[in-house]
Amino acid sequence: MKKNGWKGFCKKLYKYRVFLLMLAPAVIYTLIFSYYPMTGIVMAFKKYSYAGGIWGSPWNGFDNFKFFFKSGQAGLVTRNTVLYNLAFIAINTTMQIAVAVLLTEIRNKHYRKITQSLMFLPYFISWVIVGVMAFNIFSSDYGFLNRLIETFGGTPIKFYTTPKAWPFILVFFNVWKGIGYGSVMYLAAIMGIDTSIYEAARIDGANVFQRIFKVTIPMIMPTTIILLLLSVGGIFKGNFDMFYNLVGSNGLLYNYTDVIDTLTFRALISSNDFGMSAAVGLYQSVLCFITVVIVNKLVGLYDKDYTLF
Amino acid sequence: MGSSSHTSKIKRGKDAVALDIIAYGFCGIIALVCLVPFIMIVSGSFSSESAIIQNGFSLLPQDFSLEAYKTVFKDPMVVFRAYGTTIGLTIVGTVLGLLLQTMTAYVLSRKEFEWRNQFSFFFYFTTLFSGGLVPYYVLMTQTLNLRDSYLALLLPLLFSVYNLLIMKSYIVGLPDSLIEAAKIDGCGEFRILFRIVMPLIKPALATVGLFIALAYWNDWYNAMLYIKDTNKYPLQYFLYQQVNDIEAYKKLLANNAAGSAVSAISLPTQSLKMALTIVVTGPIVLAYPLVQKYFVQGITIGAVKG
Repeated sequence: MKKNGWKGFCKKLYKYRVFLLMLAPAVIYTLIFSYYPMTGIVMAFKKYSYAGGIWGSPWNGFDNFKFFFKSGQAGLVTRNTVLYNLAFIAINTTMQIAVAVLLTEIRNKHYRKITQSLMFLPYFISWVIVGVMAFNIFSSDYGFLNRLIETFGGTPIKFYTTPKAWPFILVFFNVWKGIGYGSVMYLAAIMGIDTSIYEAARIDGANVFQRIFKVTIPMIMPTTIILLLLSVGGIFKGNFDMFYNLVGSNGLLYNYTDVIDTLTFRALISSNDFGMSAAVGLYQSVLCFITVVIVNKLVGLYDKDYTLF
Repeated sequence: MGSSSHTSKIKRGKDAVALDIIAYGFCGIIALVCLVPFIMIVSGSFSSESAIIQNGFSLLPQDFSLEAYKTVFKDPMVVFRAYGTTIGLTIVGTVLGLLLQTMTAYVLSRKEFEWRNQFSFFFYFTTLFSGGLVPYYVLMTQTLNLRDSYLALLLPLLFSVYNLLIMKSYIVGLPDSLIEAAKIDGCGEFRILFRIVMPLIKPALATVGLFIALAYWNDWYNAMLYIKDTNKYPLQYFLYQQVNDIEAYKKLLANNAAGSAVSAISLPTQSLKMALTIVVTGPIVLAYPLVQKYFVQGITIGAVKG
């Protein structure tokens, strides 16, 4: 650096000393808990041992990745993660928009408030409790649903040994937990619509359904597209909380329920296979990074104000 | 919810009536579906064990019984200890987290700080790329040696870029002239932050504070990874453990019960799980109507600029 540059830099350091002091705790925190672990990705290329630690363990090239891909697990968990996320995104978006649009149409204030509050309730509880609820409903011995099926003369379904049922159960609880929270953003978008447009639609003789489909929905499209793109950015991230609490270590269901995050966790905690777990984690991080960069480009094409970086 | 008022004054056509039926019906059904699993847990907790075994879980209590609650409170210290851990963590974590996030957001929103974009990116980048679970786990358990330490529950949730962005968007919205005026009056940055900025962003503090508090209250994941000592379990992980190993919990209660003439086998199982869930969930469900509006504010702000 030029002498002048150094001098200017030091001058600024001094000028900003209070700002830098205020930033210091968060910067140190982020260095320790976010940046330092990034160096740990070298573990993906090592045969990890406790004694050797991250730096002392021997290299083993791409062995961890080879195992992950050759065992067929890579394909399975990637497919599950992506398909679940696509289903979540599609159904959540549709349901949340429907709720937001219809809530706006309810003119009885109390009814609107109460229904909205009830829809918000699931957001506040932990997935541990959702796991208990799922058991209440789907358990083969005591489950509410099976008793209902029996009452109507059907044969009970052993949900906890029926993998095919789980995509439906997981989608249901995902929608259930997020519907109140998610619809708030669309409600805000609807409230931002210029009322003169509705006025014009009314004068033109639009009926209420035309008003919804020709005015409300098109007007909240920008919000919808941005939110959709943002959720597509996380398409390789599995919701560990949900999958672990609803499915747990029920190996029977893995073909239909195992996602990248649950596999990483199992490889680490149950099999103590640090190398392979780190490899799966790195594979996921890279995929996530690439998707976010692409999504950000797309958001930028659509509306520059909403790009993330 | 403005659009609805336009149709109310004129005579309502068939289409409006049809829409009413759809709107009231749809929202009512969704609201009910959201509520039913909660009701089922409450009913289960007030049902007798034999009724659940015979008829399964239901919407209304069957053969009303307080046996399950009596069992939970045979040794209330077990639950209360977990409560204490969670309450302590939630308070300390929320206060420290808010302080950390507000202070950082304040600096990043000061236009005269030329490096604010570089620092913003420094924080933001961590949401784009991460080392993943394994390096983090090694950091926590080996480098920092935090196994079975309360710090392992406190630190991971202390700082989040998402909350930082919400906070920043509130502070950026404050008029520059306020801070300029304070500077001319000779206020230092810390003074401006605590005396001028903080009182003005109370809604943001409430919103972000609640996000942080909820994250601590519902956390079970960090406990599962880092806590082996049963005395240090926070509430949700305590629940997770007991529900998934209810027989061990029954033994624990039977052994600790006064008089200790109870056999573990005679204690209820399914209704006990439900009662325990209620004891753990109760406070948050009761508190949520009071705090809901702050969440709504927070989400809306977060949506404006994520």
